Amino acid sequence: MTRWGMVIDLDKCVACQGCTVACRMENNTPIVSPEQSEMGRSILWNEVFPIEEHAEFAAEDTNATFIPRPCMHCDNPPCIKVCPVEATFKSDETGGQVLQRYDRCIGCRFCTLACPYGVRYFNWHEPQWSPEIALHLNPNSEVEPRPKGIVEKCTFCIQRLHEALELAEEEGRNFRPEDYQPACVQTCTGKARFFGDLDNPDSTVSQLAGSRRAFRLLEELGTNPKVIYLKEG
Amino acid sequence: MAQLRNKYQDLLIEPTRTTTQREKGVLLILAAILIWGIFAYIHQLRNGLGVSGMNRPVYWGLYIVNFVFFIGLAHSGTFISAILRLVGAEWRVPLARAAEAITIFALPFGAGSILIDMGRIDRIGNTILYGRFMSPILWDITAVTLYMFSSIIFFYLSLLPDIAIMRDTLPENAPRWRRVFYTRLALGWQHSPEKYRRLEKVLGSMAIFMSMLVITVHTVVSFIFSMMLQPGWHTAILGPFFLVGAVYSGSAATIMLMAALRWKFKLEQVLPFKYFNYMRKLLIALALAWSYFMGVEFLTAIYGNEPEEMSVVFSKLYGDFSLIFWTMVLACFFIPLAILLTKGKKSVAWLVGAAVIINIGMWLERYIVIVPSEAFPRIGYELNQGFYFPSFVEISITAACFAGMALLYMIFTKLFPMIPIWETAQHVPGLPHGFTGYDDDENLSLVGDD
Ligand code: SF4
Ligand code: SF4
Repeated sequence: MTRWGMVIDLDKCVACQGCTVACRMENNTPIVSPEQSEMGRSILWNEVFPIEEHAEFAAEDTNATFIPRPCMHCDNPPCIKVCPVEATFKSDETGGQVLQRYDRCIGCRFCTLACPYGVRYFNWHEPQWSPEIALHLNPNSEVEPRPKGIVEKCTFCIQRLHEALELAEEEGRNFRPEDYQPACVQTCTGKARFFGDLDNPDSTVSQLAGSRRAFRLLEELGTNPKVIYLKEG
Repeated sequence: MAQLRNKYQDLLIEPTRTTTQREKGVLLILAAILIWGIFAYIHQLRNGLGVSGMNRPVYWGLYIVNFVFFIGLAHSGTFISAILRLVGAEWRVPLARAAEAITIFALPFGAGSILIDMGRIDRIGNTILYGRFMSPILWDITAVTLYMFSSIIFFYLSLLPDIAIMRDTLPENAPRWRRVFYTRLALGWQHSPEKYRRLEKVLGSMAIFMSMLVITVHTVVSFIFSMMLQPGWHTAILGPFFLVGAVYSGSAATIMLMAALRWKFKLEQVLPFKYFNYMRKLLIALALAWSYFMGVEFLTAIYGNEPEEMSVVFSKLYGDFSLIFWTMVLACFFIPLAILLTKGKKSVAWLVGAAVIINIGMWLERYIVIVPSEAFPRIGYELNQGFYFPSFVEISITAACFAGMALLYMIFTKLFPMIPIWETAQHVPGLPHGFTGYDDDENLSLVGDD
């Protein structure tokens, strides 16, 4: 079975935050005012953070370590257990992404607290964009802007998988794993991100996941993230 | 066959006969606050939860604090009426209704707080359509609904004979709606020995069920926190700790209401100081139990010294939340205990003071359990942004919840006797003996210099 996973090589990450922007344009995440952002209400499915010890120096110190952080798409996700209406679920048929049913979520924000990685975002307000950006929203109906009052999160760009599968069918050929790439992987300036099938031992991600530099965030919690980092060094 | 006989019957019914201008004024003010809160909620519905102060990572704020607090307040009613009934503590009898009414009127606001907190209240039906029992929220919905309906039934049953008394003693010139109201509600109750025997039996067996509910419900409430991996929440002690806190704040609230009823309705004869003294002793025991749980919780966290746990502990002891934390410790433990052990021995006024302080403390305690753990999540890279401060909308809605509860309570005191007439009667048909708690009140009511 396919198990989509991602490897992020911290040695190659230049902290440009291109992934954050690409994610926004691909997935139509709303833009909030600076004051709202200050309050901690920005919605960026994929954020790039300086790690704690370096946070203070991040501005001056070019050696600070940054962690780009999408949803970990945990194999054992604590977020889905707590949802009272099964609005969030692990989609095993499409390769193990943890997805969100926007039309079902009741906005209780239990999952946002249960996720130890803080990757789930609540829509505090009706989504909005500046007029310029509003012109360039992704027209794909799967990423239609979400209404206020519900939770949204990184999906590993599931719409791209659906598009790729359709395209393969139109062209009358088999689907190839390379056909499916989340926007952040495609855009990554430092080519630090890799994406593929963790269950296929020959895939790049599997090979890299076996590296001695590989680690996962909060591994001790037993969430089994499918995002694997390669540490600097 | 002797009739039901209670020498204080008229005294107890008196408050329901008239409503003074003053009382009407208070009712109006409470109603105004409630309506203000409803407006605040409508504002929130239209503009989204963004009008609250909640953010990332503090996704839950005042509403959830209120939820835990109100459900907690509710607990002492059942504790007094069910658990103390089981252990045969007769002194509970005159207090039971005042305490249980807290249960009945606090629960809707507890349950309501969760609804207010939901991002999409219009989808509430999804919890039934797609309800998923792996989620502690479903446990909560089940537990709280069950608790609410069973306490309403339990309360109603113990109210029945008194409703019948109200029906039978209604003066000629009473408004028609009152007559219809009591007649309908009394369900044709007659003061026959057989009925009283059966009622006692039903209440006795239901008390067993209610006692179990009391213990489980607040534990289940704690599960929405303790089932999560958040530092500070993920501990088994949260259940019993919540429970003790619940009965503690509820019992303090009972003292406040007992004193208010006694003062307002001149019930000194039926609420002599000795009943306050029983509650005082109960509060002392609960204060000690509370501090025991508190101590164990902190000792375990500190000794383990896990960095994530410690950032939460430090934030409480001397970080961002230290002011609230230490106020809470003073208000939940030191100040009330000092009062209860000294001045409170003699004076209702001091006891009320202690009770108010305990309830402020307990509300802060709910806050201190909930918010700091959110503010210091396990992964701290970015998340220390977004310090939580409740917004005006949240504060308005909170005020409305308290006002709403007081309003319902007050209306209730204008409709029903607040001390059970039949349970405090000197003679009840069908029961072996009447209430003996007032037999020695001549000398006891002199104690207490308020
Ligand atoms: S990272 Fe968080 S949101 Fe993503 S699957 Fe894991 S627990 Fe769920
Ligand atoms: S906020 Fe939505 S997805 Fe999250 S637990 Fe509640 S209903 Fe489920």
